[in-house]
Amino acid sequence: MMVQVGDELPPLQLPPISRTVLALFAGASGDHNPIHLDVDAARGSGVPDVFAQGMLGMAWVGRLLTQWRPQAGLRHFGVRFQGLMHVGDAIRCTGRVLETFSDEGVLCARIEVLGSDQAGTPKIAGEAVVAL
Amino acid sequence: MIDRQWVGHQLPPSELPIEYTRLRFFAKAIGETQAIYTDVDAARAAGYPHLPAPPTFLFAAELDSGALEALFALLGVPLSKVLHGEQSYTYHRAVCVGDTVTVRSHIEDIYDKKNGALEFIVKASRASNQHGELVAEMRSVLVCRH
Repeated sequence: MMVQVGDELPPLQLPPISRTVLALFAGASGDHNPIHLDVDAARGSGVPDVFAQGMLGMAWVGRLLTQWRPQAGLRHFGVRFQGLMHVGDAIRCTGRVLETFSDEGVLCARIEVLGSDQAGTPKIAGEAVVAL
Repeated sequence: MIDRQWVGHQLPPSELPIEYTRLRFFAKAIGETQAIYTDVDAARAAGYPHLPAPPTFLFAAELDSGALEALFALLGVPLSKVLHGEQSYTYHRAVCVGDTVTVRSHIEDIYDKKNGALEFIVKASRASNQHGELVAEMRSVLVCRH
C-alpha cells in the first residue's frame, strides 16, 4: 500500500503502568535502578513514588513501528524522554509520516513518533526512518 | 561538576550474548504480541535464523556488564540523580538469538545547562556481532540533576 505524507500509523494503546510491569522490565532490560522498583529508594531520591524506565516507553514506541512495518526496514530510531511516566499512566503511541524519500533507490519514510499519557501530555517524542 | 577530562573516555567493551529466554522475557515485559518475537517458527518463516532482538534491546549490554554503573561511579554521579534524556539507534544488521554482540562506547561530550543545575553526558556506541560486523550505532544522552 502506498505510504503518503501525513499518513498516521495504527496507534498502540498500552494498559495503565503497573508496578509489576516495572519489575518485569527491570529484569528483562537489565536496568535494576531501584528508583523504578522500590518506593523507599524513590522517596530517598526525592520523588514520591517509583516511575517507569524511559527505555520501557521507547520499547513501546518500537512496537508501534514494528507492528506497522517489519523491523528489517527500520534504519533509524531516536527519541527524547520529555516527562516521567508514572504508575497508572496509560501511554498511547502514535506516529505520522513526515516525508518519503529515496535513498540509493530504496523508498524510505521519515516518521514522527510520540508517546503520550491519558491526558495527552507528551512523554516521549522522536523520529524514525523506515525503508518501505 | 563532572570533570570534562572524561570527554573521549572509552568504556570497557560489553559483551551481550543474545539468548532465547531473555528475548522471550523482554517480549513479555514490553507486552509484545507479534509471534516473530516469541515463536522460533514464526521468526524463521519471516526469514530470521532465530528470534530477532527487538529495536531497543541492545541497551541491555552495558547494564548487564555493569559498564554503565561503573561509568557513573567514575564520573562521581549518583545513580539516583541520573535521568535518561535521549536515546537513538541506527541499524545496520539484524541481531538474533545465537549472536554475541559487543558494545564499545566512548564519552562524546559533557555539557551543562541552567548554570550547572543539569549536566549532560553524551555516550556514543558501536555494536558489532561475533563476525566483527557492525550491527548498530547508539547514542545516549544521560542527564544528571544537581
